[in-house]
Amino acid sequence: MAINQITVFLENKAGALLNVTKLLSENKVDLRAINIAETTDYGLLRLITADNAAAEKVLKEENLIFTETPVLAVAIDDKPGALSNVLEILAKENIDVHYMYSIFGHQNGYAYMIMQLGETDKATALLKANSVVIAEPRDLQIG
Amino acid sequence: MERYYQKEVECASREEMVALQNERLVAQVKHVWENVPYYRKKMEEKGLTPADIKGIEDLHKLPFLTKDDLRDAYPYGLLGMPLKDCVRIQSTSGTTGKRVVAFYTQHDVDLWEDCCARAIVAAGGTNEDVCQVAYGYGLFTGGPGLNGGSHKVGCLTLPMSSGNTDRQLQFMTDLGATIICCTPSYAEYLAESIHERGLRDQIKLKAGIFGAEAWSEEMRHDIEEKLGIKAYDIYGLTETSGPGVAFECNEQTGMHINEDHFIAEIIDPDTLEVLPEGSQGELVFTSITKEGFPLLRYRTKDITILSREKCSCGRTLVKMKKPMGRSDDMLIVKGVNVFPSQIEAVLLENGYPANYQIVVDRVNHSDTIEVLVEMTPEIFSDSLGKITEMEKNLVSALKAMLGIYAKVRLVDPKTIARSEGKAVRVIDKRKI
Ligand SMILES: [Zn+2]
Repeated sequence: MAINQITVFLENKAGALLNVTKLLSENKVDLRAINIAETTDYGLLRLITADNAAAEKVLKEENLIFTETPVLAVAIDDKPGALSNVLEILAKENIDVHYMYSIFGHQNGYAYMIMQLGETDKATALLKANSVVIAEPRDLQIG
Repeated sequence: MERYYQKEVECASREEMVALQNERLVAQVKHVWENVPYYRKKMEEKGLTPADIKGIEDLHKLPFLTKDDLRDAYPYGLLGMPLKDCVRIQSTSGTTGKRVVAFYTQHDVDLWEDCCARAIVAAGGTNEDVCQVAYGYGLFTGGPGLNGGSHKVGCLTLPMSSGNTDRQLQFMTDLGATIICCTPSYAEYLAESIHERGLRDQIKLKAGIFGAEAWSEEMRHDIEEKLGIKAYDIYGLTETSGPGVAFECNEQTGMHINEDHFIAEIIDPDTLEVLPEGSQGELVFTSITKEGFPLLRYRTKDITILSREKCSCGRTLVKMKKPMGRSDDMLIVKGVNVFPSQIEAVLLENGYPANYQIVVDRVNHSDTIEVLVEMTPEIFSDSLGKITEMEKNLVSALKAMLGIYAKVRLVDPKTIARSEGKAVRVIDKRKI
């Protein structure tokens, strides 16, 4: 099942990122993963949170612009070549990986990669058919 | 059926209007000659006396007044009446530092409010309407002018002043405002807020009267669509009275100038020659009824075109096209003329909001221009590629319109400063 990632628009200003992380922690919103894609003027802050509703309430109050995007949390075995193996499965079916980043720490003995793939449903079916484990929100204490 | 506030003037024949203007101009020149030594000196320098001005055909002989004269004569040099007969001042910040202060007698206030009443009636206003005035009140002419006009029409007037959007929306919905008067940028802001809060079904607005800033046709359509209203333009400047010097009718093809109070001319800003009807040039106004601050041949710096083509509304008052922009707003960047209104039009055409700011600077002896645009949920996405693609398209469109490269920078929402309800559109760091 896909997980909803929150993407926030952040102008490149000193303290902008700190402001968001601080607000979230003050409101007891735990972060499972974080990633930034940036240009010289602004960045896209991508967040996997334990509580999207609470996070969005905080962001809205700050007048920040954000959007939700479905992503997959793909389990990667802790052995050499595991990530390449997953990417190969996707490449064979011409499924693009738009971007990916990792989840903090290990859960249930796995490292997880957050992947944004153009076709989420098709990718899910494909990976499962190839015995790749995809995390459910509850596996990551998201809910 | 078209309604008018003062039909006998608004629909007068050309002959009647010329006769009225002749009579008023002759009397006004005499009034100024006797009461304003600053202008009398200018007339004497040209070898003129009031006897030389027999009617509007002699208007071109009179000397011009400019913003520099207003600065030189500050504060009382252009006063036309003893202070004991003046009841009000209004003021606007000049771009060069010193403020413009204009004086009004009670007669001046009455006539100004009549002008605003004509605008409200032309926008469909009657004594059944609830008119929300969200222009700034105080020294700025927007609030007081429309407030007075609204009273004259008999609307229930909500004197909101600018800002405090929560309160604006509360009164708008609770009291069922049908007409909103504010700056176009604030109208956009209100429209956004109404959209965000899902209040569209709870508002009863039918018309908006928007002025005090340059705005484009694209912005008009955008506001009309978002608020479900008809958006009317209104024009004025503190030096001549305030809003209501000219106003738009249903045809929306230009603003009727209240010619019984203001004679309009178009001149070539370089040669100062009066240009024939239909030419584009600088707008010049002569106040023929103002007592307290009677400016003759005041150069507005606005670039526009006058038209006497018959208007479907029945008004015979000459129409002025929406100005290209005040030449105060006009920027010269890398030797090219840039009007903020051109940039605004490009933004709206490319799906961006009209909340923008232009920053001009000089780096290594070369001008730079940067356009700051507020990010909106509509243009935001999770894809950096999509956003940068849109930015690239915008840069190309700006280049096509302006002829020079302008950098685009996306900024956080609601970060572009607004003062007196007017967005600060231009920051020219070359002057600081
Ligand atoms: Zn008309």
